[in-house]
Amino acid sequence: MDYSEKVMDHFANPRNIGEIPDADGVGTVGNPACGDTTTVYIKVSDGRITDIKFKTFGCAAAIATASMATELALGKTLDEALAMSRNDVADALDGLPDVKMHCSNLAADALHAAIEDCLAK
Amino acid sequence: MKRIYLDHAATTAVDREVVQTMMPYFTETYGNASSLHSFGRDAKNALDAGRRTVADALGAQANEIIFTSGGTESDNLALKGVGKGHIITSSIEHPAILNTCKYLTDLGCEVTYVPVDSEGMVDPGDVESAITDDTVLISVMHANNEIGTIQPISEIGSIAKDHGILFHTDAVQSFGKTEIDVQKMNIDLLSVSSHKIYGPKGVGALYIRKGAKIKPLMHGGGHELGMRASTENIPGIVGFAKAASLATERFESDTRHLTGLKDMLIAGVMDSIDDVILNGHPTERLPNNANLRFAFVEGESLLMHLDMKGIAVSTGSACSSASLDPSHVLLALGIAPEDIHGSIRFTLGRGNTESEIKYVLEVLPEIVGKLRAMSPLAGR
Ligand SMILES: Cc1ncc(COP(=O)(O)O)c(C=O)c1O
Ligand code: FES
Repeated sequence: MDYSEKVMDHFANPRNIGEIPDADGVGTVGNPACGDTTTVYIKVSDGRITDIKFKTFGCAAAIATASMATELALGKTLDEALAMSRNDVADALDGLPDVKMHCSNLAADALHAAIEDCLAK
Repeated sequence: MKRIYLDHAATTAVDREVVQTMMPYFTETYGNASSLHSFGRDAKNALDAGRRTVADALGAQANEIIFTSGGTESDNLALKGVGKGHIITSSIEHPAILNTCKYLTDLGCEVTYVPVDSEGMVDPGDVESAITDDTVLISVMHANNEIGTIQPISEIGSIAKDHGILFHTDAVQSFGKTEIDVQKMNIDLLSVSSHKIYGPKGVGALYIRKGAKIKPLMHGGGHELGMRASTENIPGIVGFAKAASLATERFESDTRHLTGLKDMLIAGVMDSIDDVILNGHPTERLPNNANLRFAFVEGESLLMHLDMKGIAVSTGSACSSASLDPSHVLLALGIAPEDIHGSIRFTLGRGNTESEIKYVLEVLPEIVGKLRAMSPLAGR
Protein backbone atom coordinates (compact mmCIF):
# COMPACT_ATOMS: atom_id res chain seq x y z
CA MET A 1 0.00 0.00 0.00
CA ASP A 2 1.41 3.34 -1.04
CA TYR A 3 0.46 5.89 1.61
CA SER A 4 1.74 9.48 1.45
CA GLU A 5 4.16 10.72 4.08
CA LYS A 6 1.40 12.78 5.65
CA VAL A 7 -0.85 9.73 5.96
CA MET A 8 1.98 7.80 7.59
CA ASP A 9 2.69 10.68 9.94
CA HIS A 10 -0.93 10.99 11.08
CA PHE A 11 -1.20 7.21 11.33
CA ALA A 12 1.95 6.86 13.41
CA ASN A 13 1.27 9.94 15.57
CA PRO A 14 -2.46 10.54 15.48
CA ARG A 15 -3.60 13.93 16.84
CA ASN A 16 -6.60 14.35 19.14
CA ILE A 17 -7.08 10.75 20.21
CA GLY A 18 -9.44 10.09 23.05
CA GLU A 19 -12.90 10.89 24.35
CA ILE A 20 -14.56 14.01 25.75
CA PRO A 21 -16.71 12.90 28.69
CA ASP A 22 -18.85 16.07 28.67
CA ALA A 23 -18.93 16.48 24.89
CA ASP A 24 -21.51 18.76 23.29
CA GLY A 25 -21.82 16.39 20.36
CA VAL A 26 -20.88 12.77 19.66
CA GLY A 27 -21.02 11.03 16.30
CA THR A 28 -20.32 7.37 15.55
CA VAL A 29 -20.20 6.00 12.03
CA GLY A 30 -19.50 2.50 10.77
CA ASN A 31 -17.92 1.86 7.41
CA PRO A 32 -20.31 -0.34 5.45
CA ALA A 33 -17.54 -1.34 3.04
CA CYS A 34 -15.27 -3.03 5.55
CA GLY A 35 -17.03 -2.82 8.91
CA ASP A 36 -14.81 -0.31 10.72
CA THR A 37 -15.88 2.40 13.16
CA THR A 38 -14.98 5.98 14.05
CA THR A 39 -16.40 8.09 16.90
CA VAL A 40 -15.88 11.87 17.04
CA TYR A 41 -16.46 13.99 20.19
CA ILE A 42 -16.74 17.80 20.05
CA LYS A 43 -16.89 20.67 22.51
CA VAL A 44 -18.53 23.79 21.09
CA SER A 45 -18.61 27.35 22.33
CA ASP A 46 -19.99 30.40 20.49
CA GLY A 47 -20.64 28.21 17.46
CA ARG A 48 -16.99 27.15 17.19
CA ILE A 49 -15.37 23.78 17.81
CA THR A 50 -13.10 24.37 20.80
CA ASP A 51 -12.11 20.78 21.49
CA ILE A 52 -12.30 17.63 19.42
CA LYS A 53 -11.30 14.01 20.02
CA PHE A 54 -11.74 10.74 18.15
CA LYS A 55 -11.50 7.00 18.43
CA THR A 56 -11.09 4.70 15.45
CA PHE A 57 -11.16 0.98 14.86
CA GLY A 58 -9.86 0.79 11.32
CA CYS A 59 -7.03 0.76 8.85
CA ALA A 60 -4.13 3.19 8.62
CA ALA A 61 -6.13 5.41 6.24
CA ALA A 62 -9.09 5.50 8.63
CA ILE A 63 -6.87 6.53 11.54
CA ALA A 64 -4.97 9.13 9.51
CA THR A 65 -8.13 10.68 8.04
CA ALA A 66 -9.79 10.88 11.46
CA SER A 67 -6.67 12.52 12.86
CA MET A 68 -6.50 15.02 9.98
CA ALA A 69 -10.25 15.72 10.06
CA THR A 70 -10.11 16.59 13.76
CA GLU A 71 -7.10 18.81 13.17
CA LEU A 72 -8.85 20.64 10.32
CA ALA A 73 -12.12 21.01 12.23
CA LEU A 74 -10.60 22.36 15.46
CA GLY A 75 -11.37 26.11 15.71
CA LYS A 76 -13.80 26.07 12.79
CA THR A 77 -17.43 27.22 13.08
CA LEU A 78 -19.99 24.44 12.90
CA ASP A 79 -21.02 25.62 9.42
CA GLU A 80 -17.44 25.58 8.19
CA ALA A 81 -16.89 22.11 9.66
CA LEU A 82 -20.14 20.86 8.12
CA ALA A 83 -18.92 22.05 4.75
CA MET A 84 -15.74 19.95 5.03
CA SER A 85 -15.88 17.01 2.64
CA ARG A 86 -13.98 13.76 2.55
CA ASN A 87 -12.02 15.16 -0.37
CA ASP A 88 -10.85 18.06 1.77
CA VAL A 89 -9.51 15.61 4.30
CA ALA A 90 -7.91 13.40 1.65
CA ASP A 91 -6.35 16.44 -0.07
CA ALA A 92 -4.90 17.68 3.22
CA LEU A 93 -3.19 14.29 3.50
CA ASP A 94 -1.74 14.60 -0.04
CA GLY A 95 -4.24 12.05 -1.28
CA LEU A 96 -5.21 8.47 -0.47
CA PRO A 97 -4.89 5.30 -2.55
CA ASP A 98 -8.11 4.80 -4.57
CA VAL A 99 -9.11 1.68 -2.63
CA LYS A 100 -8.85 3.71 0.58
CA MET A 101 -11.02 6.69 -0.40
CA HIS A 102 -14.01 5.07 1.29
CA CYS A 103 -12.16 5.25 4.64
CA SER A 104 -12.15 9.04 4.51
CA ASN A 105 -15.98 8.95 4.60
CA LEU A 106 -15.69 7.55 8.07
CA ALA A 107 -13.91 10.62 9.44
CA ALA A 108 -16.00 13.23 7.62
CA ASP A 109 -19.29 11.46 8.38
CA ALA A 110 -18.48 11.00 12.07
CA LEU A 111 -17.55 14.70 12.32
CA HIS A 112 -20.80 15.70 10.63
CA ALA A 113 -22.77 13.34 12.89
CA ALA A 114 -21.16 14.90 15.96
CA ILE A 115 -22.11 18.39 14.75
CA GLU A 116 -25.69 17.32 14.02
CA ASP A 117 -25.88 15.71 17.45
CA CYS A 118 -24.73 19.00 18.97
CA LEU A 119 -27.24 21.03 16.92
CA ALA A 120 -30.09 18.69 17.87
CA LYS A 121 -29.44 19.27 21.57
CA MET B 1 16.81 -0.58 10.79
CA LYS B 2 17.00 -4.31 11.30
CA ARG B 3 14.27 -6.06 9.35
CA ILE B 4 12.58 -9.26 10.46
CA TYR B 5 10.76 -11.35 7.88
CA LEU B 6 7.85 -13.32 9.34
CA ASP B 7 5.90 -13.88 6.14
CA HIS B 8 7.38 -17.14 4.86
CA ALA B 9 3.98 -18.46 3.76
CA ALA B 10 3.96 -15.65 1.17
CA THR B 11 7.41 -16.48 -0.14
CA THR B 12 10.94 -17.24 1.03
CA ALA B 13 14.43 -16.02 0.24
CA VAL B 14 16.30 -18.33 -2.09
CA ASP B 15 18.87 -20.36 -0.16
CA ARG B 16 22.44 -19.37 -1.10
CA GLU B 17 23.33 -23.00 -1.81
CA VAL B 18 20.39 -23.10 -4.20
CA VAL B 19 21.60 -19.98 -5.99
CA GLN B 20 25.08 -21.49 -6.32
CA THR B 21 23.65 -24.67 -7.78
CA MET B 22 21.59 -22.72 -10.31
CA MET B 23 24.30 -20.37 -11.58
CA PRO B 24 26.03 -22.62 -14.16
CA TYR B 25 22.67 -23.35 -15.78
CA PHE B 26 22.29 -19.76 -16.95
CA THR B 27 25.64 -19.33 -18.68
CA GLU B 28 27.27 -22.73 -19.23
CA THR B 29 24.71 -25.51 -19.25
CA TYR B 30 22.18 -23.41 -21.11
CA GLY B 31 21.09 -25.92 -23.75
CA ASN B 32 17.52 -26.77 -24.68
CA ALA B 33 16.71 -30.11 -23.08
CA SER B 34 15.01 -31.23 -26.31
CA SER B 35 18.14 -30.74 -28.45
CA LEU B 36 20.08 -33.79 -29.53
CA HIS B 37 23.59 -32.31 -29.25
CA SER B 38 25.78 -32.30 -26.13
CA PHE B 39 24.44 -28.94 -24.94
CA GLY B 40 20.93 -30.36 -25.04
CA ARG B 41 21.97 -33.65 -23.44
CA ASP B 42 23.59 -31.78 -20.53
CA ALA B 43 20.40 -29.83 -19.96
CA LYS B 44 18.35 -33.04 -20.24
CA ASN B 45 20.55 -34.72 -17.63
CA ALA B 46 19.97 -31.82 -15.23
CA LEU B 47 16.25 -31.98 -15.93
CA ASP B 48 16.10 -35.74 -15.32
CA ALA B 49 18.08 -35.43 -12.09
CA GLY B 50 15.76 -32.65 -10.88
CA ARG B 51 12.73 -34.78 -11.66
CA ARG B 52 14.14 -37.69 -9.68
CA THR B 53 14.92 -35.46 -6.69
CA VAL B 54 11.43 -33.96 -6.53
CA ALA B 55 9.89 -37.42 -7.06
CA ASP B 56 11.97 -38.84 -4.20
CA ALA B 57 10.83 -36.07 -1.86
CA LEU B 58 7.22 -37.12 -2.50
CA GLY B 59 7.61 -40.90 -2.64
CA ALA B 60 6.78 -40.82 -6.35
CA GLN B 61 8.36 -42.10 -9.60
CA ALA B 62 10.33 -39.63 -11.71
CA ASN B 63 7.95 -39.99 -14.68
CA GLU B 64 5.06 -38.93 -12.46
CA ILE B 65 6.46 -35.40 -11.96
CA ILE B 66 5.51 -32.57 -14.36
CA PHE B 67 7.35 -29.31 -13.89
CA THR B 68 5.17 -26.20 -14.10
CA SER B 69 5.48 -22.46 -13.49
CA GLY B 70 4.33 -22.78 -9.86
CA GLY B 71 1.60 -23.80 -7.49
CA THR B 72 -1.10 -21.90 -9.34
CA GLU B 73 -0.41 -23.65 -12.63
CA SER B 74 -0.19 -27.03 -10.92
CA ASP B 75 -3.60 -26.47 -9.33
CA ASN B 76 -5.05 -25.35 -12.67
CA LEU B 77 -3.61 -28.35 -14.47
CA ALA B 78 -5.01 -30.75 -11.90
CA LEU B 79 -8.52 -29.32 -11.87
CA LYS B 80 -8.94 -28.42 -15.54
CA GLY B 81 -7.04 -31.47 -16.73
CA VAL B 82 -9.40 -33.98 -15.13
CA GLY B 83 -12.25 -33.10 -17.49
CA LYS B 84 -15.87 -32.25 -16.94
CA GLY B 85 -17.79 -33.57 -13.98
CA HIS B 86 -18.54 -32.99 -10.32
CA ILE B 87 -15.67 -31.72 -8.13
CA ILE B 88 -15.55 -31.82 -4.34
CA THR B 89 -13.28 -29.34 -2.61
CA SER B 90 -13.15 -27.41 0.67
CA SER B 91 -14.27 -23.90 1.54
CA ILE B 92 -10.77 -22.85 2.69
CA GLU B 93 -8.72 -23.59 -0.44
CA HIS B 94 -6.25 -21.13 -1.92
CA PRO B 95 -7.68 -18.84 -4.65
CA ALA B 96 -5.70 -20.93 -7.17
CA ILE B 97 -8.24 -23.70 -6.47
CA LEU B 98 -11.35 -21.64 -5.65
CA ASN B 99 -11.13 -19.37 -8.69
CA THR B 100 -10.40 -22.32 -10.95
CA CYS B 101 -13.52 -23.99 -9.54
CA LYS B 102 -15.48 -20.82 -10.25
CA TYR B 103 -14.25 -20.88 -13.84
CA LEU B 104 -15.18 -24.56 -14.18
CA THR B 105 -18.63 -23.83 -12.75
CA ASP B 106 -19.13 -21.27 -15.55
CA LEU B 107 -18.26 -24.02 -18.00
CA GLY B 108 -21.00 -26.22 -16.54
CA CYS B 109 -19.13 -28.24 -13.91
CA GLU B 110 -20.72 -28.77 -10.54
CA VAL B 111 -18.61 -28.04 -7.45
CA THR B 112 -19.34 -28.95 -3.83
CA TYR B 113 -17.50 -27.02 -1.12
CA VAL B 114 -17.29 -29.02 2.09
CA PRO B 115 -17.19 -26.89 5.25
CA VAL B 116 -14.54 -26.90 7.97
CA ASP B 117 -14.93 -26.84 11.75
CA SER B 118 -13.90 -23.91 13.94
CA GLU B 119 -10.28 -25.09 13.85
CA GLY B 120 -10.22 -25.34 10.08
CA MET B 121 -10.53 -29.12 9.83
CA VAL B 122 -12.42 -30.90 7.04
CA ASP B 123 -14.49 -33.88 8.16
CA PRO B 124 -13.68 -36.79 5.78
CA GLY B 125 -17.24 -38.00 6.34
CA ASP B 126 -18.52 -34.80 4.69
CA VAL B 127 -16.31 -35.49 1.70
CA GLU B 128 -17.64 -39.04 1.40
CA SER B 129 -21.28 -37.97 1.63
CA ALA B 130 -20.75 -35.34 -1.07
CA ILE B 131 -19.73 -38.00 -3.62
CA THR B 132 -22.19 -38.51 -6.49
CA ASP B 133 -22.15 -40.68 -9.62
CA ASP B 134 -20.71 -37.71 -11.51
CA THR B 135 -17.83 -36.97 -9.12
CA VAL B 136 -14.54 -36.96 -11.03
CA LEU B 137 -12.22 -35.29 -8.54
CA ILE B 138 -11.76 -34.57 -4.85
CA SER B 139 -9.36 -31.70 -4.13
CA VAL B 140 -8.57 -30.85 -0.51
CA MET B 141 -5.46 -28.89 0.44
CA HIS B 142 -2.85 -30.52 2.66
CA ALA B 143 -2.08 -27.50 4.87
CA ASN B 144 -3.82 -24.15 4.78
CA ASN B 145 -1.79 -21.09 3.86
CA GLU B 146 -3.48 -18.74 6.34
CA ILE B 147 -4.04 -20.80 9.47
CA GLY B 148 -1.70 -23.75 8.86
CA THR B 149 -4.28 -26.42 9.70
CA ILE B 150 -3.19 -29.82 8.37
CA GLN B 151 -6.03 -31.89 6.89
CA PRO B 152 -6.59 -35.64 7.35
CA ILE B 153 -5.29 -36.24 3.84
CA SER B 154 -4.70 -40.00 4.17
CA GLU B 155 -8.29 -40.60 5.22
CA ILE B 156 -9.67 -38.49 2.39
CA GLY B 157 -7.29 -40.26 0.01
CA SER B 158 -8.55 -43.69 0.98
CA ILE B 159 -12.18 -42.57 0.61
CA ALA B 160 -11.37 -41.34 -2.91
CA LYS B 161 -9.61 -44.61 -3.69
CA ASP B 162 -12.54 -46.72 -2.42
CA HIS B 163 -14.88 -44.82 -4.74
CA GLY B 164 -12.49 -44.85 -7.70
CA ILE B 165 -12.29 -41.05 -7.78
CA LEU B 166 -9.09 -39.08 -8.38
CA PHE B 167 -7.72 -37.25 -5.33
CA HIS B 168 -5.74 -34.01 -5.64
CA THR B 169 -4.11 -32.10 -2.81
CA ASP B 170 -2.52 -28.67 -2.86
CA ALA B 171 0.66 -29.28 -0.86
CA VAL B 172 2.25 -25.90 -1.63
CA GLN B 173 2.43 -24.95 2.06
CA SER B 174 3.09 -28.38 3.54
CA PHE B 175 5.90 -29.47 1.21
CA GLY B 176 9.13 -29.46 3.19
CA LYS B 177 7.30 -28.89 6.48
CA THR B 178 5.32 -32.10 6.93
CA GLU B 179 5.86 -35.67 5.85
CA ILE B 180 4.44 -36.39 2.37
CA ASP B 181 4.20 -39.81 0.76
CA VAL B 182 1.84 -40.03 -2.21
CA GLN B 183 1.65 -43.84 -1.90
CA LYS B 184 0.83 -44.05 1.79
CA MET B 185 -1.55 -41.10 1.55
CA ASN B 186 -3.41 -42.37 -1.57
CA ILE B 187 -2.75 -39.17 -3.46
CA ASP B 188 -3.26 -39.13 -7.26
CA LEU B 189 -2.38 -35.50 -7.95
CA LEU B 190 -0.32 -33.12 -5.81
CA SER B 191 0.77 -29.51 -6.32
CA VAL B 192 4.03 -28.05 -5.01
CA SER B 193 5.82 -24.75 -5.53
CA SER B 194 9.51 -23.87 -5.32
CA HIS B 195 9.40 -20.36 -3.88
CA LYS B 196 7.84 -21.51 -0.60
CA ILE B 197 10.79 -23.80 0.16
CA TYR B 198 13.74 -21.43 -0.39
CA GLY B 199 13.82 -22.12 -4.11
CA PRO B 200 13.37 -19.67 -7.01
CA LYS B 201 10.00 -18.19 -7.97
CA GLY B 202 8.18 -19.29 -11.12
CA VAL B 203 8.75 -23.05 -10.75
CA GLY B 204 6.58 -25.79 -9.34
CA ALA B 205 5.42 -29.29 -10.07
CA LEU B 206 2.36 -31.44 -10.32
CA TYR B 207 2.65 -35.07 -9.32
CA ILE B 208 0.37 -37.14 -11.57
CA ARG B 209 -0.01 -40.76 -10.54
CA LYS B 210 0.83 -43.15 -13.37
CA GLY B 211 -2.38 -44.00 -15.21
CA ALA B 212 -4.32 -40.93 -14.05
CA LYS B 213 -5.89 -39.37 -17.14
CA ILE B 214 -5.07 -35.66 -17.20
CA LYS B 215 -5.25 -33.38 -20.24
CA PRO B 216 -2.59 -30.68 -20.67
CA LEU B 217 -3.28 -26.94 -20.49
CA MET B 218 -0.35 -25.98 -22.69
CA HIS B 219 -0.19 -27.37 -26.20
CA GLY B 220 2.98 -27.12 -28.22
CA GLY B 221 6.23 -29.00 -28.54
CA GLY B 222 5.41 -31.99 -26.35
CA HIS B 223 7.72 -31.17 -23.44
CA GLU B 224 7.23 -32.64 -19.96
CA LEU B 225 5.98 -36.01 -21.21
CA GLY B 226 3.44 -34.20 -23.36
CA MET B 227 1.81 -32.65 -20.32
CA ARG B 228 3.26 -29.15 -20.52
CA ALA B 229 4.69 -27.68 -23.69
CA SER B 230 7.37 -24.98 -23.48
CA THR B 231 11.16 -25.22 -23.25
CA GLU B 232 11.97 -26.28 -19.71
CA ASN B 233 13.24 -23.70 -17.22
CA ILE B 234 16.39 -25.64 -16.38
CA PRO B 235 17.97 -23.17 -13.88
CA GLY B 236 14.62 -22.91 -12.09
CA ILE B 237 14.08 -26.66 -12.03
CA VAL B 238 17.65 -27.29 -10.83
CA GLY B 239 17.13 -24.71 -8.07
CA PHE B 240 13.76 -26.17 -7.11
CA ALA B 241 15.26 -29.67 -6.91
CA LYS B 242 18.15 -28.41 -4.78
CA ALA B 243 15.70 -26.66 -2.46
CA ALA B 244 13.64 -29.85 -2.21
CA SER B 245 16.67 -31.96 -1.32
CA LEU B 246 17.79 -29.41 1.28
CA ALA B 247 14.28 -29.49 2.76
CA THR B 248 14.48 -33.29 3.05
CA GLU B 249 17.99 -33.14 4.49
CA ARG B 250 17.11 -30.49 7.06
CA PHE B 251 13.61 -31.71 7.78
CA GLU B 252 14.18 -32.68 11.40
CA SER B 253 16.29 -29.69 12.40
CA ASP B 254 13.97 -27.30 10.55
CA THR B 255 10.91 -28.77 12.25
CA ARG B 256 12.53 -28.51 15.68
CA HIS B 257 13.70 -24.94 15.02
CA LEU B 258 10.38 -23.70 13.63
CA THR B 259 8.25 -25.40 16.28
CA GLY B 260 10.41 -23.90 19.01
CA LEU B 261 10.14 -20.37 17.65
CA LYS B 262 6.42 -20.70 16.93
CA ASP B 263 5.66 -21.97 20.44
CA MET B 264 7.81 -19.21 21.93
CA LEU B 265 5.95 -16.58 19.90
CA ILE B 266 2.47 -17.88 20.74
CA ALA B 267 3.20 -18.34 24.46
CA GLY B 268 4.94 -14.96 24.65
CA VAL B 269 2.03 -13.14 23.03
CA MET B 270 -0.55 -14.89 25.21
CA ASP B 271 1.46 -14.00 28.32
CA SER B 272 1.89 -10.34 27.55
CA ILE B 273 -1.36 -9.40 25.76
CA ASP B 274 -4.98 -9.98 26.84
CA ASP B 275 -7.79 -11.02 24.53
CA VAL B 276 -5.71 -12.91 21.99
CA ILE B 277 -6.93 -16.10 20.34
CA LEU B 278 -4.98 -18.58 18.21
CA ASN B 279 -6.74 -19.12 14.87
CA GLY B 280 -6.63 -22.66 13.50
CA HIS B 281 -5.88 -25.97 15.12
CA PRO B 282 -3.86 -26.17 18.37
CA THR B 283 -1.80 -29.19 17.31
CA GLU B 284 -2.57 -30.22 13.73
CA ARG B 285 -0.86 -27.19 12.23
CA LEU B 286 2.27 -26.30 10.30
CA PRO B 287 5.32 -25.91 12.56
CA ASN B 288 5.90 -22.35 11.32
CA ASN B 289 2.39 -20.85 11.47
CA ALA B 290 1.08 -18.63 14.28
CA ASN B 291 -2.15 -16.92 13.24
CA LEU B 292 -3.32 -14.76 16.13
CA ARG B 293 -6.44 -12.70 16.62
CA PHE B 294 -6.06 -9.48 18.62
CA ALA B 295 -9.48 -8.29 19.79
CA PHE B 296 -10.51 -4.62 19.26
CA VAL B 297 -7.76 -3.76 16.75
CA GLU B 298 -7.67 -3.75 12.97
CA GLY B 299 -5.06 -5.90 11.26
CA GLU B 300 -3.83 -3.50 8.60
CA SER B 301 -3.03 -0.90 11.26
CA LEU B 302 -1.27 -3.54 13.32
CA LEU B 303 0.64 -4.73 10.24
CA MET B 304 1.73 -1.19 9.37
CA HIS B 305 2.93 -0.50 12.91
CA LEU B 306 4.94 -3.74 12.85
CA ASP B 307 6.27 -2.75 9.42
CA MET B 308 7.47 0.57 10.86
CA LYS B 309 9.45 -1.53 13.36
CA GLY B 310 10.86 -3.62 10.51
CA ILE B 311 8.66 -6.66 11.15
CA ALA B 312 6.88 -8.19 8.12
CA VAL B 313 3.62 -10.11 8.68
CA SER B 314 0.28 -10.48 6.90
CA THR B 315 -3.37 -10.05 7.88
CA GLY B 316 -6.80 -11.44 7.04
CA SER B 317 -8.44 -8.07 7.66
CA ALA B 318 -10.98 -6.81 5.14
CA CYS B 319 -9.19 -3.45 5.10
CA SER B 320 -6.09 -5.02 3.61
CA SER B 321 -7.81 -6.70 0.67
CA ALA B 322 -8.64 -4.90 -2.55
CA SER B 323 -12.18 -6.33 -2.42
CA LEU B 324 -12.64 -5.26 1.24
CA ASP B 325 -13.79 -8.79 1.99
CA PRO B 326 -12.43 -10.40 5.13
CA SER B 327 -10.43 -13.63 4.73
CA HIS B 328 -12.65 -16.41 3.35
CA VAL B 329 -10.67 -18.88 5.43
CA LEU B 330 -11.35 -17.14 8.74
CA LEU B 331 -15.01 -16.63 7.74
CA ALA B 332 -15.27 -20.37 7.07
CA LEU B 333 -14.12 -21.01 10.65
CA GLY B 334 -17.21 -19.12 11.80
CA ILE B 335 -15.30 -16.10 13.12
CA ALA B 336 -17.28 -12.83 13.14
CA PRO B 337 -16.07 -10.30 10.55
CA GLU B 338 -15.10 -7.72 13.22
CA ASP B 339 -12.95 -10.34 14.95
CA ILE B 340 -11.32 -11.35 11.67
CA HIS B 341 -10.15 -7.73 11.40
CA GLY B 342 -7.62 -8.23 14.14
CA SER B 343 -6.03 -11.39 12.75
CA ILE B 344 -2.32 -11.40 12.04
CA ARG B 345 -0.40 -14.25 10.42
CA PHE B 346 3.19 -14.82 11.49
CA THR B 347 4.93 -17.47 9.38
CA LEU B 348 8.43 -18.34 10.45
CA GLY B 349 11.36 -19.52 8.41
CA ARG B 350 14.67 -21.32 8.61
CA GLY B 351 16.59 -18.08 9.05
CA ASN B 352 14.58 -16.62 11.93
CA THR B 353 16.19 -16.53 15.36
CA GLU B 354 15.13 -16.49 18.99
CA SER B 355 16.37 -12.93 19.37
CA GLU B 356 14.09 -11.87 16.51
CA ILE B 357 11.08 -13.40 18.25
CA LYS B 358 12.15 -11.69 21.48
CA TYR B 359 12.18 -8.38 19.64
CA VAL B 360 8.66 -9.01 18.29
CA LEU B 361 7.50 -9.82 21.81
CA GLU B 362 9.08 -6.58 23.01
CA VAL B 363 7.34 -4.28 20.55
CA LEU B 364 4.00 -6.02 20.03
CA PRO B 365 2.34 -5.33 23.41
CA GLU B 366 3.00 -1.61 23.05
CA ILE B 367 1.58 -1.48 19.52
CA VAL B 368 -1.55 -3.43 20.46
CA GLY B 369 -1.95 -1.24 23.55
CA LYS B 370 -1.67 1.92 21.49
CA LEU B 371 -4.27 0.73 18.95
CA ARG B 372 -6.61 -0.48 21.67
CA ALA B 373 -6.35 2.87 23.41
CA MET B 374 -7.79 4.50 20.30
CA SER B 375 -10.33 1.77 19.54
CA PRO B 376 -13.98 2.56 20.23
CA LEU B 377 -14.54 -1.19 20.61
CA ALA B 378 -12.10 -1.74 23.49
CA GLY B 379 -13.46 -1.63 27.00
CA ARG B 380 -17.10 -1.60 25.94
C1 LIG C 1 -1.86 -23.17 -0.69
C2 LIG C 1 -1.31 -22.46 -1.89
N1 LIG C 1 -1.63 -22.88 -3.11
C3 LIG C 1 -1.15 -22.28 -4.22
C4 LIG C 1 -0.32 -21.18 -4.14
C5 LIG C 1 0.19 -20.54 -5.40
O1 LIG C 1 1.51 -20.90 -5.65
P1 LIG C 1 2.40 -20.05 -6.68
O2 LIG C 1 2.65 -18.73 -6.04
O3 LIG C 1 3.65 -20.85 -6.84
O4 LIG C 1 1.62 -19.95 -7.95
C6 LIG C 1 0.04 -20.71 -2.88
C7 LIG C 1 0.93 -19.52 -2.75
O5 LIG C 1 0.51 -18.44 -2.36
C8 LIG C 1 -0.47 -21.35 -1.72
O6 LIG C 1 -0.17 -20.91 -0.50
S1 FES D 1 -11.30 1.49 7.48
FE1 FES D 1 -11.38 -0.48 6.61
S2 FES D 1 -10.34 -0.20 4.78
FE2 FES D 1 -10.05 1.68 5.79
